[in-house]
Amino acid sequence: MSDIRPVGPAHPETEQDAPADAQVTAVGVPEAPPLQERPEQPDAVPVKPKGRRDKPASLWSDAWYDLRRRPLFLGASVLIAVLLVMAIFPQLFTSIDPYDAKTCVLANARQDISAAHWFGTDNQGCDVYARTIYGARNSIVVGVSTTVVTALVGGLLGLIAGFRSGATDTLLSRTTEIFFAIPPILGALLILAMFRTGNVWTVMLALAVLAWPMTFRIMRAAVITAKNQDYVMAARALGAGPWRIMFRHILPNSIAPVIVVATINLGSFIAAEAALSFLGVGIRSPDISWGLMIAEARDRFLEAWEPLLFPAFMLSLTVLAFIMLGDAVRDALDPKLR
Amino acid sequence: MGRYIIRRLIQAIPVLLGSTLLIFATVFALPGDPIAALAGEKRQDPKVVEVLRDQYHLNDPFFAQYWHYISGVFRGDFGRTYAGVEVSELMAAKFQVTINLAMTALVMEAIIGVGLGLWAALRRGRATDSAILASTLILISVPVLVTGFVLQLLLGVQLKLVTGIDFFPVAGVFDGWRSYLLPGFVLAGTSIAYLTRLTRTSLVETLRADYVRTAIAKGMSRRRVIGRHALRNALIPLVTYLGADLGTLMGGAVITETIFNIQGIGQELFRSVYERQQPVVVGIVTLLVLVYILANLVVDLLYAVLDPRIRYE
Repeated sequence: MSDIRPVGPAHPETEQDAPADAQVTAVGVPEAPPLQERPEQPDAVPVKPKGRRDKPASLWSDAWYDLRRRPLFLGASVLIAVLLVMAIFPQLFTSIDPYDAKTCVLANARQDISAAHWFGTDNQGCDVYARTIYGARNSIVVGVSTTVVTALVGGLLGLIAGFRSGATDTLLSRTTEIFFAIPPILGALLILAMFRTGNVWTVMLALAVLAWPMTFRIMRAAVITAKNQDYVMAARALGAGPWRIMFRHILPNSIAPVIVVATINLGSFIAAEAALSFLGVGIRSPDISWGLMIAEARDRFLEAWEPLLFPAFMLSLTVLAFIMLGDAVRDALDPKLR
Repeated sequence: MGRYIIRRLIQAIPVLLGSTLLIFATVFALPGDPIAALAGEKRQDPKVVEVLRDQYHLNDPFFAQYWHYISGVFRGDFGRTYAGVEVSELMAAKFQVTINLAMTALVMEAIIGVGLGLWAALRRGRATDSAILASTLILISVPVLVTGFVLQLLLGVQLKLVTGIDFFPVAGVFDGWRSYLLPGFVLAGTSIAYLTRLTRTSLVETLRADYVRTAIAKGMSRRRVIGRHALRNALIPLVTYLGADLGTLMGGAVITETIFNIQGIGQELFRSVYERQQPVVVGIVTLLVLVYILANLVVDLLYAVLDPRIRYE
């Protein structure tokens, strides 16, 4: 019985489900073309993507159609692509390996910008440009891994709490209230102080422990909305089991807000990593992190601003890229959140 | 109303107990021995160590220690540091500094955020609106770590060099309220941007409402329509945000405090974590949790003032 698919998941890849998709979309996550972009037709029917004219647009294909036309999204994508290449292959950008101690010459400490040292040198005589480039990896690893872990943990628990309700829900919701009350930076500082070392994984763990309740809350709310929709009742009437209803019907229709929040949070996780490394509890020397570079440069900031401001600029640019992506994704997936 | 407040306060007790237990356990798990740390490199008399451990209940099991601490807190006794200072005295001084900083930030946030949001909403779709939206994006993206140092260099040092007047002191809190201006702005940065966006969205919505159209049709002045009809109804989400933000600002002040060398609770907590001063760490977090709970309660009570349709039984 459960193989009958009257209402498929709202996913553009499952082609045969397309007509049902439209129905799911209409009652599921609110979806309308953003008013601001098309002021001449405030009640516009969803724009159909080219080449798929015979099929109604699903939430995802419509969002993708919308995204591709947004300068904000395109700009963010280009920036993020460059940052990813920088994180994976830093040697493409610089011939100096900053992890090799021989490249730092103490006699060259705090030099100005020159042809040899594009961003000058720091207190130890290391090349700031090379260190800034190599710093991208740790920031992005922390940002992406924390986002994935919080989305998985918070999303899964939120799905369970919203779907099961009752005691499970009460217990989980009360637990998140406790986490919400703890100031995140101070909490992360405490957790990191428990470890004797600091690296990307301890930072990821500390941030994830404090950040999952937010994803949980959003997922739970979305699941509760989706749970009471007609298509869930229809699936249940057709004899679908709880797992099937949860993962095939409710999950695809309640995941959009989680994706939005996850993308927006990615930027804040990167900023939080820098802050914790700056305080000395995050990533530690000899590992390279922008926050750590800022901390090392701050004592001689007035004499030599290059070692501080260049990593600071890259940090801001990275956070900006992910916040822009998050804004664009939010506008495309859920115009009501704006 | 009174019953509602009492119910809310009772509901807050599990949150308070849970968060303090969590923090207490974390500090309990920290590496190092606080009594050994008192003597530094010197050898300690085992008898003295034993008396001290007994005095601070360090030999008790974990839950006995927690119970001893939390029952003290409910009597208003936050315990003593391992150096013998009353934690409540220590915290009072530090909290004063952080409250000054957070309140400066909150006032700046409210004025600048609501102002810019109002301006953007009234100029919706025009160049001013786009410029304000773009600047909020930048403000959200630049971390406190960066704005702190950049503004310290530009406004604190360069401006002083150029004009010869010290407009914005860059460190400490020894210049009265002026010392809080720059750190307050740095701390408020991201919140200003979010509040601007929120004000804009909220106002755009109310400006479209029927009662605003009616007010305009009745021939009311633009100022009165915007101020009395649109803005007041748009205030609820803004008050929510501002209320929730007080706790965030106080809890998140540690970076700003470090950059501007302000001796507030963030710095105190940082130091106490390393000295393993359990009563101080747990005390600070307990008070911050209380601020968070009370701020949320005040926000909920303010709803009834802003919107007479909302009543609490």
